[in-house]
Amino acid sequence: MAAGIVDLDAIASTARSELDAASDEAELEAWRVTHLGRKGTLTSVLRQLGGLEIEERRRVGSEANVLKGELEAAFEAKRDDLKGQKLAATMLEGQIDVTLPARKKRVGRLHPITQTTREIVDIFVSMGFSVAEGPEVETDYYNFEALLLDRDHPARDMQDTLYIDYERDGQYPFMMRTHTSPNQVRFMEEHKPPIRVVVPGKCYRNEATDPTHEWMITQIEVLAVDEGISLADLKGTLFEFAKRMFGQDRRVRFRCDYFPYVEPGVDMAIDCFICGGDGCRTCHQEGWIEIMGAGMVHPEILSNMGYDAERVTGFAAGMGAERIALLRHGIEDIRRFYQNDLRFLEQF
Amino acid sequence: MRVSLKWLAEYVDIDLPPEEIGHRLTMAGLEMERIERIGAGWDEELITVGSVVSVEPHPNADRLRLATVDYGADEPLTVVCAAPNVEAGQKIAFARAGATLIDARSGESAVLKPAKIRGVESSGMVCSEQELGLSEEHEGILVLADDAPVGTPLAQYLGDSVLDLDVTPNRPDWLSMVGVAREVAALTGTTVREPEHTYEELDEPAPAKVWVDIADPDLCFRYVASLIEGVELGPSPAWMQERLTAAGMRPINNVVDITNYVMLELGQPLHAFDFSNVGGGKIVVRRAKKGEELVTLDGEKRKLTTDMLVIADEKDAIALAGVMGGAGSEITDKTQTILLESATFYGHNVRRTAAQLKSRSEASTRFEKGLSPELAMVAAQRATKLLVELAGGRALHGLVDSYPEPVKEKHLDVTRKRLEQVLGIDLPTSAVRGALTSLGFGCKWEPPEHYQVRVPYWRTDVDIPDDIAEEVARIIGYDKIPTKSLGGDVPPAAPQPLRDLRERLRDALVAAGMQEIITYSLTTLDELSRVLPEDQISALLKVVNPLSAEHEYLRPVLRGSVLKTLAANVRHTDGETALFEASRVYLPREDELPIEQEHVVGVVAGRREDRWGRASDEPVDFFDAKGYIEAALRAAGVVGTFSAAEEHGLLPGRTATVQAGNETVGVVGQVHPDVAASFGLDQDVYLFELVVDYLLPAVEEGVDYKPLLRFPPVVQDIALLVDLTQTAEEVAALIRQHELVRRVQLFDVYEGEGVPADKKSLAFSVTYQSDEKTLTDKEVAKAQASILTRLHAELNAELRG
Repeated sequence: MAAGIVDLDAIASTARSELDAASDEAELEAWRVTHLGRKGTLTSVLRQLGGLEIEERRRVGSEANVLKGELEAAFEAKRDDLKGQKLAATMLEGQIDVTLPARKKRVGRLHPITQTTREIVDIFVSMGFSVAEGPEVETDYYNFEALLLDRDHPARDMQDTLYIDYERDGQYPFMMRTHTSPNQVRFMEEHKPPIRVVVPGKCYRNEATDPTHEWMITQIEVLAVDEGISLADLKGTLFEFAKRMFGQDRRVRFRCDYFPYVEPGVDMAIDCFICGGDGCRTCHQEGWIEIMGAGMVHPEILSNMGYDAERVTGFAAGMGAERIALLRHGIEDIRRFYQNDLRFLEQF
Repeated sequence: MRVSLKWLAEYVDIDLPPEEIGHRLTMAGLEMERIERIGAGWDEELITVGSVVSVEPHPNADRLRLATVDYGADEPLTVVCAAPNVEAGQKIAFARAGATLIDARSGESAVLKPAKIRGVESSGMVCSEQELGLSEEHEGILVLADDAPVGTPLAQYLGDSVLDLDVTPNRPDWLSMVGVAREVAALTGTTVREPEHTYEELDEPAPAKVWVDIADPDLCFRYVASLIEGVELGPSPAWMQERLTAAGMRPINNVVDITNYVMLELGQPLHAFDFSNVGGGKIVVRRAKKGEELVTLDGEKRKLTTDMLVIADEKDAIALAGVMGGAGSEITDKTQTILLESATFYGHNVRRTAAQLKSRSEASTRFEKGLSPELAMVAAQRATKLLVELAGGRALHGLVDSYPEPVKEKHLDVTRKRLEQVLGIDLPTSAVRGALTSLGFGCKWEPPEHYQVRVPYWRTDVDIPDDIAEEVARIIGYDKIPTKSLGGDVPPAAPQPLRDLRERLRDALVAAGMQEIITYSLTTLDELSRVLPEDQISALLKVVNPLSAEHEYLRPVLRGSVLKTLAANVRHTDGETALFEASRVYLPREDELPIEQEHVVGVVAGRREDRWGRASDEPVDFFDAKGYIEAALRAAGVVGTFSAAEEHGLLPGRTATVQAGNETVGVVGQVHPDVAASFGLDQDVYLFELVVDYLLPAVEEGVDYKPLLRFPPVVQDIALLVDLTQTAEEVAALIRQHELVRRVQLFDVYEGEGVPADKKSLAFSVTYQSDEKTLTDKEVAKAQASILTRLHAELNAELRG
């Protein structure tokens, strides 16, 4: 080009072909220094403008600036392009088989009876009950007498007892508690109404075991005492429990039953959730599964606690965690719980 | 209690199906366990009542005979019969070919087919009880009552439904047909027909011949005796035998059967003595004398104790009251006159005697529950009537009745308010009165508030107004009681810090990867002696009547049970097994209930898992167990201090106690290989034990927040040369005491080349940080210098060059 000492076209064409050829970040950076840097080709063109006619200077200056803008844009595009290529290469290199087994984190499990007991307790806690516990080795007084089961009461036969080898006055005054009901008395001795308490704990029976009977069981005792508590409150509270524990569409059946420390006495059953009440092996063809004994606290017990039994009434209920867990998980043998075979326990 | 509905129908009309009767009884508190159907499989057409017209010998067989049976058809049928007791004139159960019977040989159902037996055609059968499925009896044929109507389907004549009822201990009246009938009547809106008890008497008065003396009225409340002469011992009538059999009792002879029948009918046990063996015609009800003996009906010579009540004549005991008769006064075929006893004994005493002699019976279980003395008279009259009418007896005039303190009829004042208070519903007076009168209670309504209730004598269980509330509720049905939600104030929660802590520890150990187990609280002496020192073994608590030797001793530690469970499980896995239990232990005390402590015990064994989850070559070690116990402590917000210790059953040099606050709260270590081996564990096992009760005081309530530090931390590593026996924890604790030190972490322990033989090198990473400013290099260097000075002076530690 005769017009000047500067051949912008040549610069542009060289720069463009070199940019195309740049294959990594280092080459790209070198290209930037060569062409756009302080001592680069374009800058030197602009430096030389001083020697040109004013008009020529303006024209070349303007063209050079346009070219500079174009090259900068091309540089940006190339840089993004290279970055993309690099990422793609990295990804290809770092590809993993996501179906490989995980690095195992050890996971333990609570025993199923702990889980079931907590679930039952939590439901009552959500209804305003607090939790208490009591001793597993009990005196004859708390386990029987205070619950109106005198030493010769025929109902003592209902609860075969393991007595501690310790004699006093020809009797065995200590025993493995046969139920959690002693805690009704223990709690009432320490508290005044209103009372709402739930007492979980292990109980023991001198009873031969089979697939539906275990000699060590976990009971959950429920006690509510206040003015104005009636059989209707018992029904309402236990029905609400049954729905939360076994499902909102459960039906319940309350029938008369006998326990010496309640009057009236109640047995609560739920409709069989296996067959829906039609009758199956789980419910012994009856359609109903008995899950707890209950009743209105006997007024004599309330009087013995120093309460005014004319005004204060209450209800009590007791249920077994093993039986409930057995039913819910479809376990065929209650003895599995305390055999502690890990292949069993790890399923829960 | 087995209740034949056919028998029950004698006392109450039954219009409902057996299932419905059973359901109503169940809902009202008398639970039906099952229905047994007698004759459910008997074909009405093919199995009928028959009459044996004649019996001829079989022409070709000595043991067989030919019976010609009229079964209501135009022509009688002749069949081959093997039974020895078949006789002309008998009424029998007759089955024709095509009927389904129980095959005597196989015990299974089979269809009867016509057959030629030793050359004689036979297309029917005279049935035994076994063939009809009534019992195992196959010796002879079933002989029916003489008035059995020929041609009637056997299912109609003999078929029955027997309800098996589970009687609660408070209701001895339900241990009788009449008692159940009263219940059915109340639940179906009908009335009961009480059994007849009037009979003809001789002129001679019974009290002239027999004296009754209740010497111990605290154990016998009433004694009624009647005298019946001229009784002829023989079988009781077929209908009575059928009923006894349906109830589950074996017919014996007319006298015994009548006493059993009346017991089942009314609930009052009875006993018949041969009056000629009642010395002096005198009945004395007294406690046994010291050293007294009695040969009872079963032929056993019983040594009596002075708390047992006996029936005696003028000299000797002749029966154990309410438990068993004596052999000497037993009824035999030579008996002329019977003394019939109908008495009320103190239930607790009968129960104890029966238990001591291991001879609980239908009679003793009824006495145990406490019978009404009023019942004794009713039953005496009823049984005397039957002895007169069915055993050919003649009753002397009057009954001898010793009744020192007649019980008063119970009356209760029950308010309408109390019924509503207990039941949660204000019932109409008509409903209350209807329910009570249907059960035999008297009920007078005195407006506006009172019911005056009279309790029938058989309801020994009803004492207070709330008992009446239950009676009303169960008759109208518990489903009629409304459903309410608890109202009123929610009571304040009673805090349970020990329980809360135990549950937190459970969660922490599970989160750390341990599996929870729960083992039996009672165990064997052998198991405990493997983990306890000898002096503790002698003081152990045990139960006096264990279920089995497997569950006899109350455990003061959980270790044994947990190790046993580990041993039972390790064979299922190659990898790490980590188990824990959180349960009570029992520590004996003199003359008091044992102390119950909450323990948490964990064990870990096996090999760590590799990246693939397989067992690696690296076995678990002490520090795995320490890691688990630290996880538990961290959840409790407690920093534990570990120091070397010795502990029975753990390996010295690999055992540490854990301190928190000022208490030793637990222990961690390797189970001694001998102990492990005694449980069948041939690998290294590590165990920890925490006493939750001891840990509790160290747990701080709530957490006080510390502001996050704004200035950057400076981390410096130092390597120290210390004596070989120097514990790392002591060094770290000293470093930690400097005010600028926030964290001290051990990251290397080295012995060997480059370190003197009596030394080891400990490398710590120490984090310095100030809450006031950014620390300069100079300040950090100064802090480190001061730490090193103390380390050197107090622990003989030097910076490693």
